[in-house]
Amino acid sequence: MAQTLPKTDAVLIGFGWVGAMMGQELTDMGLNVVALEKGSWRDTPTDFATTFAQDELRYYWRHELFERLNHETLTFRNNDGQTALPMRHLGSFLPGSNVGGSGVHWNGQVWRFLPTDFQARSHNVSRYGKAAVPDDMTIQDWGVSYDDLEPYYDKFEYLCGVSGKAGNLGGQIVPGGDPFEGPRRRDYPNPPLDMPYAPMLFAKAASETGRHPFPHPAANSSRPYTNPLGVQLAQCTFCGFCEKYGCGNYSKATAQTTILPVLMRKPNFTLRTHSEVMKIELSPDGKTATGVTYVDAQGREIFQPADLVILCAYSLENVRMLLLSDVGKPYDPSTGEGLVGKNYAYQITSSVNVFYDDKILNPFIGAGALGMMCNDYNGDNFDHSGLGFIGGGYIGLMQTGARPIETHPTPNGAPTWGSGWKRAVAKNYLRAATISTHGAVMSHKQNRLDLDPTYKDALGRPLLRMTFDFTDNEHKMSDYLTDRAAEMGRAMNPREIKVNKRAGSYDIVPYQTTHNTGGAIMGANPRDSVLNTYLQSWDVPNLFVPGANAFPQNAGYNPTGTVAALTYRCTDAIRTHYLKAPGQPLVHA
Amino acid sequence: MAAQPISRRRMLAAGAVLSAASGVTAAAADLTAKGVPFKPNSATFPERTDVSGGYVYFSQPEAAFIEAACARMIPADDLGPGAVEAGVPVFIDRQLAGEFGHGTRWYMTGPWPKGEKTQGYQSRLTPAEMYRAAIKDIDDVSGRQNNAPFHQIAADKQDAFLKGLESGSTTLPNVDSKAFFTMFLQNVIEGFFSDPIYGGNRDMAGWKLIGFSGARYDQREFVLAYGKPYPLPPVGISGRPGWSRES
Repeated sequence: MAQTLPKTDAVLIGFGWVGAMMGQELTDMGLNVVALEKGSWRDTPTDFATTFAQDELRYYWRHELFERLNHETLTFRNNDGQTALPMRHLGSFLPGSNVGGSGVHWNGQVWRFLPTDFQARSHNVSRYGKAAVPDDMTIQDWGVSYDDLEPYYDKFEYLCGVSGKAGNLGGQIVPGGDPFEGPRRRDYPNPPLDMPYAPMLFAKAASETGRHPFPHPAANSSRPYTNPLGVQLAQCTFCGFCEKYGCGNYSKATAQTTILPVLMRKPNFTLRTHSEVMKIELSPDGKTATGVTYVDAQGREIFQPADLVILCAYSLENVRMLLLSDVGKPYDPSTGEGLVGKNYAYQITSSVNVFYDDKILNPFIGAGALGMMCNDYNGDNFDHSGLGFIGGGYIGLMQTGARPIETHPTPNGAPTWGSGWKRAVAKNYLRAATISTHGAVMSHKQNRLDLDPTYKDALGRPLLRMTFDFTDNEHKMSDYLTDRAAEMGRAMNPREIKVNKRAGSYDIVPYQTTHNTGGAIMGANPRDSVLNTYLQSWDVPNLFVPGANAFPQNAGYNPTGTVAALTYRCTDAIRTHYLKAPGQPLVHA
Repeated sequence: MAAQPISRRRMLAAGAVLSAASGVTAAAADLTAKGVPFKPNSATFPERTDVSGGYVYFSQPEAAFIEAACARMIPADDLGPGAVEAGVPVFIDRQLAGEFGHGTRWYMTGPWPKGEKTQGYQSRLTPAEMYRAAIKDIDDVSGRQNNAPFHQIAADKQDAFLKGLESGSTTLPNVDSKAFFTMFLQNVIEGFFSDPIYGGNRDMAGWKLIGFSGARYDQREFVLAYGKPYPLPPVGISGRPGWSRES
């Protein structure tokens, strides 16, 4: 029999980036908030101090900051003709665990999506005709516009102290910034990071070939910064251990370095770690969440009643929790009915290695979002007529720190081991750089999430089952981006380049990106979305589900900026409307 | 669908997993935080691998294979030490004896049908078990082909054997040869380039070979030094020779 705790105003399921933002805003409204985190507390000086944070084996290859798959994983197949099998160790994507979530080991790449990304269907149909969006491509408009989100993008960028250069200030194009971005109300809070040699060589080649390079917006602070909550970030020291690592230097914006020092001290906030939510409990009519049942470290089942339930775990876990809790109807691609699990999407990446003989690049000097980028081939920034695909992605040369187990590029024809390999690695390590492409994935009828019929987690619950493959649209788009990247690589005048296209079916083994999106998507009406544009469940109005699960399809950018903007728009709606009529829908269907 | 009831036994098992995962014992931990649950003087420093006393996981014949194969994967040559000189065999031994070898963080619950390549590792063997089974098979196959175990055949024959494993053209009775080779190659590279505290990359041989700066904290002054060689020697988490007693 579950023990029942006193009711709280709001309960948060998961305590990563989104949980911290929600906690901060809801406690500001005077609500009593309880956050339930299945992992443990962790903090900069105890878990990734500067004296030991730069440890490639421990943190990346032995996964210290990531999800433990022995506790829970997912199953995967490319299509319905295969049997989904468990992801037995991590590879393609790296969800985090413990306080701060995946935000602890992110790179700090802070992007705004393009204005046209939010009208993915209507914009492409109006520009290229109905045939541009095939029947099985289930893309949708988001129901919000870039202008709706602009204030919230701004709020997150100032929370994080993003270092960058505006390209569009209130409609005026600013030289040196990204001319393709939507208009922003003001510049970034910090100037761009100092830029190393290789990204500058790329920028020169990109400019000379007619592209528009600019510094990557970085949540790696270019100078000391105190954010609006009064929390201090320190200047980044370019140690080269951002992605897949925690920052020991308080330079990378995370929940720990921007919000938690304030939030944790609030009397109306409580964090319970080692508390894993089993399900969201519903009233008998299924229309109200009464709270959540969780299991604590000692295995006790506990019911935490709450007026407001915020599901803010990783996107994939958010979808699984809805399915486990019978919120909404699971998606069935054969009938097209149901919505939970629909429109799972990802991203498609490729790269071009550039090898010099005469230029020392010192690639180990790095930061997570350090690089020169161009958006000339992102979204609908270029004419897709006759190309046979929609969407795009950014192309850029980033210098994130060449940790050598992961990064030791060798040219075409080099052996993969032995003395020839050793010679090739020794010759090229200091003189090689990598141009990467980061492409959108559109949603498709067959790509989806549901519960696996066979495999269970450590608590006996079904694992999430992912059915996903790249389609023609993604391959054509990624090949197009890769060809453009190769052109820019050649224009850098290296000895040689090596082109690494993304061929064939999606493979869950090699690392690609931790940008899993969709499955509990937002939209303008309940016929085609699980959440309204305030991320409120259409079916259970006192349940909100902020996260990348809300994206109707993915864009060619890293998702965190947009996740944060949607979350802040959600908290604004709770503050100004929802709390005046608790339990009521913010949008009437 | 209705959620399944959770048995008490399952919950306890899961609780135990959580506790073990975080190094927190349920009795000692204050799991409800009011205020910042910061613990002074409790940093989770990495544990230095003890490389004294020979192998702890590999048997003598297994160690003979690992040393011979490591010497072919990254040979000692005019560029400097190879995998053996850098301590990679003992690195792999200690990794297999620990969490990695046991697949502690891996999902190791059946059923175990053969999967597609895109579905990744689907063997029921842990990494330690896979090495044991693969080395036995390799020496058996080598014995049939060459009348000698792998470590006793000529270097060019060893190279040909390893290439066969890599491509899958040489199959093994009990292990997927490509899956084993992929893991072995990865572990060799790890042992050559990881921080020296884990027993490999001895004297920072791997880092010196390529010019990696190591566990440096502050590289600001070199960001704009375009095209200039980096002037400092590599440093590990425990420092470097001549700078700290234990590096």
